[in-house]
Amino acid sequence: MIIGEIVINQERCKGCTLCVEACPFHLIQPAERKVNTKGYSYVEQVHAEKCTGCASCAIVCPDACITVYRLKK
Amino acid sequence: MTKEDLIRPENIVKAKPSLMNDTAMHYCPGCSHGVVHRLVAEIIEEMGVSERTIGICPVGCAVFAYRYLDIDWQEAAHGRAPAVATACKRLWNDRLVFTYQGDGDLACIGACETIHALNRGEKITIIFINNAIYGMTGGQMAPTTLLGMKTSTCPYGRQPDLHGYPLNITDLAASLEGTAYVTRQSVHNVAAVLKAKKAIRHAFENSMNGIGSNLVEIVSTCSTGWKTSPVEANKWMEENMFKYYHIGDLKDITKP
Repeated sequence: MIIGEIVINQERCKGCTLCVEACPFHLIQPAERKVNTKGYSYVEQVHAEKCTGCASCAIVCPDACITVYRLKK
Repeated sequence: MTKEDLIRPENIVKAKPSLMNDTAMHYCPGCSHGVVHRLVAEIIEEMGVSERTIGICPVGCAVFAYRYLDIDWQEAAHGRAPAVATACKRLWNDRLVFTYQGDGDLACIGACETIHALNRGEKITIIFINNAIYGMTGGQMAPTTLLGMKTSTCPYGRQPDLHGYPLNITDLAASLEGTAYVTRQSVHNVAAVLKAKKAIRHAFENSMNGIGSNLVEIVSTCSTGWKTSPVEANKWMEENMFKYYHIGDLKDITKP
């Protein structure tokens, strides 16, 4: 069952990879050989089913590109 | 539960604050300015004072802060933001007035305005982004540059006999009688960001309640000026900056 989900605004992302470091489950990785219209190599989520929606990535993101969803109990 | 069921407005736990607009920020990847901008937007939104807030922009990297947050802003001459904030707060007593300054702006050219505004106990908040370097102009030495730290104008490292010692504005501010809340925070990881948010909120509440002047220093990174990656810049900051700039509250007159 999925309880958390993130949506990354990849056009706004600058690929600083601070969220990669912040994710406690290592579910965010730099997208290989992909860039946005500004030329930045953005990040993408891997193993999305393991995300708990803890929002660590969104808290450290300097460009506020990450929207976090979590199932309300 | 599928992904489509989860991605709904009622399930949002963290998103871009509504006061922050869609303009792409000009900051370098991983710059601490972005995090602090977001914290300021979130706090103003939570306090519900977006229509009664006046921010004072500095000269430096954050000179374009007015492009990103949808509140009232006033641009000040280099270093003079605390003087402009004094005028704004004295004319509009019920407004939340804050300045947002870097270390080149606040600790060098604006040291006089900063010290005197804090010492007068103006009911304002000063957010001080300290990355120990002049970021916008090409990584020159700032008053806050650490001893031995290499910059473009001291390529062999800062030496005390030639360049003097780092200026610790926040320690200085804590010794002034006019200040109510003086703290030093950082935004390098999740816990630090949450603490910094609490500190900025406390400072904003103090200035709304008319309790003295408030200074929140955010020890920050400048990955471009330090010529390293954002992740390594955070590590360098933890290892070197925190030794000289100790994190924590230096003064809080609201606490017994």
